[in-house]
Amino acid sequence: MMEELRFLIEVLVGGLLSGVMYSLVAIGFVLIYKTSGVLNFAQGSMILFAALTVVSLLERGVPMALAIAVSLVGMIVIGMAIERTVLRPLVNRTPITLFMATLGVSYVIEGAAQLLWGAQVHGLDLGIDDSPLEIQGVLVSSFDLVAAAIAATMVAVLSAFFRLTRTGLAFRAVADDPFAALAVGLRLPAIWATVWATSGIVALVAGLLWGARLGVQFSLSMVVLKALPVLVLGGFDSVAGAIVGGLAIGAAEKLSEVYLGPLVGGGIESWFAYAVALAFLLIRPTGLFGRKPVERV
Amino acid sequence: MTALRFLVLVTALAAGLPLVYSGSYLYDAILTPFLALSLAALGLNLLTGYAGQVSLGSSAFMAIGAYSAYNLTLRIPGLPLVAILLASGGITAAIGLVFGLPSLRLRGFYLAVSTLAAQFFVQWALNKFGWFSHDSASGVISAPALQAFGFRFESPVARYDLSLAVVVLLTALAFRLSRSQTGLNLIAIRDHETAARVIGVSVVKTKLLAFLISSFLIGVAGVLWSFAYLRTIEPNGFTLDRSFQILFIIIIGGVATIRGAFIGAAFMVLLPLGLSNLGAALLPKSFDSGVLEMSLKVVQGSLIVLFLIVEPNGLAALGQRLWRRALPVRSGSKPDAQPFAPPLPETLNGEI
Amino acid sequence: MRIARIDAPTPSASLALEDISLAFGGIRALSEISLVVAPGEIRAIIGPNGAGKSSLINVISGLYIPSSGRVTLGGVSFDRVPTYRLARLGIARTFQNIALFPRLSVLENVALGRTVAVASSVAGQILGIGRARAERRDTLARATEILRFLDLAAVTQRPVETLPYGLQKRVELARALIAEPRLLLLDEPMAGMTAGEKREMADFIRNARDHFGASVVLIEHDIGIVMGLSDRIAVLDYGRKIADGTPEEVRTDSAVIDAYLGVPHAAVATPEET
Repeated sequence: MMEELRFLIEVLVGGLLSGVMYSLVAIGFVLIYKTSGVLNFAQGSMILFAALTVVSLLERGVPMALAIAVSLVGMIVIGMAIERTVLRPLVNRTPITLFMATLGVSYVIEGAAQLLWGAQVHGLDLGIDDSPLEIQGVLVSSFDLVAAAIAATMVAVLSAFFRLTRTGLAFRAVADDPFAALAVGLRLPAIWATVWATSGIVALVAGLLWGARLGVQFSLSMVVLKALPVLVLGGFDSVAGAIVGGLAIGAAEKLSEVYLGPLVGGGIESWFAYAVALAFLLIRPTGLFGRKPVERV
Repeated sequence: MTALRFLVLVTALAAGLPLVYSGSYLYDAILTPFLALSLAALGLNLLTGYAGQVSLGSSAFMAIGAYSAYNLTLRIPGLPLVAILLASGGITAAIGLVFGLPSLRLRGFYLAVSTLAAQFFVQWALNKFGWFSHDSASGVISAPALQAFGFRFESPVARYDLSLAVVVLLTALAFRLSRSQTGLNLIAIRDHETAARVIGVSVVKTKLLAFLISSFLIGVAGVLWSFAYLRTIEPNGFTLDRSFQILFIIIIGGVATIRGAFIGAAFMVLLPLGLSNLGAALLPKSFDSGVLEMSLKVVQGSLIVLFLIVEPNGLAALGQRLWRRALPVRSGSKPDAQPFAPPLPETLNGEI
Repeated sequence: MRIARIDAPTPSASLALEDISLAFGGIRALSEISLVVAPGEIRAIIGPNGAGKSSLINVISGLYIPSSGRVTLGGVSFDRVPTYRLARLGIARTFQNIALFPRLSVLENVALGRTVAVASSVAGQILGIGRARAERRDTLARATEILRFLDLAAVTQRPVETLPYGLQKRVELARALIAEPRLLLLDEPMAGMTAGEKREMADFIRNARDHFGASVVLIEHDIGIVMGLSDRIAVLDYGRKIADGTPEEVRTDSAVIDAYLGVPHAAVATPEET
């Protein structure tokens, strides 16, 4: 009995830690969505690009710090380029149009990343030890713990930023009503550029952590597909929601994989998160924390 | 030139082509896949373009169609071809209806995300349960030749002719739908759901109908794709990438138009060929298939962005604008009449 | 819940609201409003901004469900009618922020108004046989007639989003009329129009009532137009009805003057809105 309980806790903890990583990816989305109403599907490809750049530079003998710095600059440039060339011309269009534009962008970045650096798989060693720790008799991967800690720190910093700083307030104002924001003198282009740059940084961190975990390869950009159920659960515009949603999805996924999976032949992680999100949506069509859109007739 | 006459003309030309040219590459590698993709895009266009219900899971429904046909062919030997096609489409329609239920509560992104659930679930289920693939050892099944009245559709031209017949027929029906009161209802719920409700459109019935018909078309497209084109059935042919490809087709070709599906599909089929020829010419040493694949991604993505910014109504609208400028204005013709989208009065005068 | 059926041949019907109240969260949008619209009558609802006029129209058209009270159409009451059934009950409405289908043409928009009367199956429509064919011709004939009646024949093929605001409002009216409604609800049909356009619209509304026989309930801010067009007027303020009567009676009602008009109406052409 104790064995089973211990195992359950192990799985649960593993899931939660996984979930923190999901949250990190989801927050990259929330940032953009909160300030420009765009669901940036290209976030996944940006993660891939960041990780691929770092790894490729490392393999060419570039020191870690410099590799990260170069990648960071690249991310910021890409982010701002997307905002400028794709989103600004589409500023009055429907959300789904913007989403499809980011889908197009994601294809461009994925293709470009692999044209530039090649399509092979790379391993990424961040110097984080991966030995299992035993806490209270429960086995936990130390890599997962460190990764979760890093992710959690970023999440905390970003949350604080949004709530407590003037710039964060400005971001929220722009998201709420761009015209009103303009009217009170907020400079939209500067704000949007900052947002995209921040999102690029988040993508870099996520790319490094996920890349160390899964290896740096094309499927890294598919991490974005894990973030969507998290966003659905937590609401597209809520940082708190991304956290809670990420933890929930991470835990649910791991638990279902271990306990439900064997019943149906395994491999259900490919869709379970989506099933959870869907079931949830049918009860609450706008997510846990999301705001209900008001339709004026 | 009315739409109906145009369709008849194109069909005649397309059907007569094999009489003039019989090299198999044209049919095997270009025209047959073009027809299958066009049909899939037509189905998606009805759902996403006309009715405004975003679906990112269309390839899953192609898979359902293909696997249905496979199982029907093998488990009920002697089943007539028409029955196979209708039943495969019907099964896909029924399942599409179920996966369309979320559209009654969800809109926009949320709906798109729920269609992804369909995409991943179907892919997993078809892969996981051997029953669907008749317990074949490898994951890849070869599709038996379709046959009707003792004739086996095996040669490239035969498969092309079959695809042509199916696609032309279904396109004609889809076209009629788009011009009907129900077709208008589809657009109404896309453009202003509340107003549609107030004028008496049953949003529930209309949305579900859109999913039903759209899934039927996509299912049949899946049958053509697997049986007439590839002649194999494998779940990896029906991935998220394929769903995106079909979405790209209608964006590039033109949403909410019948011809957009065809223009976009033609583009999508010809693009890799054009790109590989270009690449081979410019960079003969280093342009391998990997580079082609990645360049294709970059080009496709860029085009999507470009079209959304510059011409959101796709090549169909672009073509229309050029067409109108090229033709001299005949006296008596209404300046706003559109060649392929005749307003209601014209469709009533002497046309079916 | 009982749903009325349109089997009576009389095109118009009376509408009766009994003690309608509506609250959103803590806000009382409407308080115990009672109102009667006689068959074929043009009834205006006026009042300051926020008085609850739009809420009232939304209650009548079933988009809002009142917290209490009853709505009766043609003698049959309904409280929970799904919005899409309203058209079948003979209620048609226009919206404050024009609710047309922007990329469709004028003709297509108006033809859509006929959906409620189209009973043929989808298959029938696709194949173009029998009933579907007859209904198609009928829709077309009606649409053509109404467009001519409202002076829109020249813009039949234009996408409505390319039309000026005033014409769009008229298209919305056309779409409402083609369904042969018993009750026409017009939510600020003249907002944003010039004085000349307003007079034209008022004429169209009056002619529509005369020709098609519907009862009309309209919300409007322009007092001059309202006085000239309406048979009777109800005045709302803070969700309550403060006056109800003929234009003459309302014009001189002291409660109305205090709340809304500011000074006795005869002295001023058109009051400014607060």
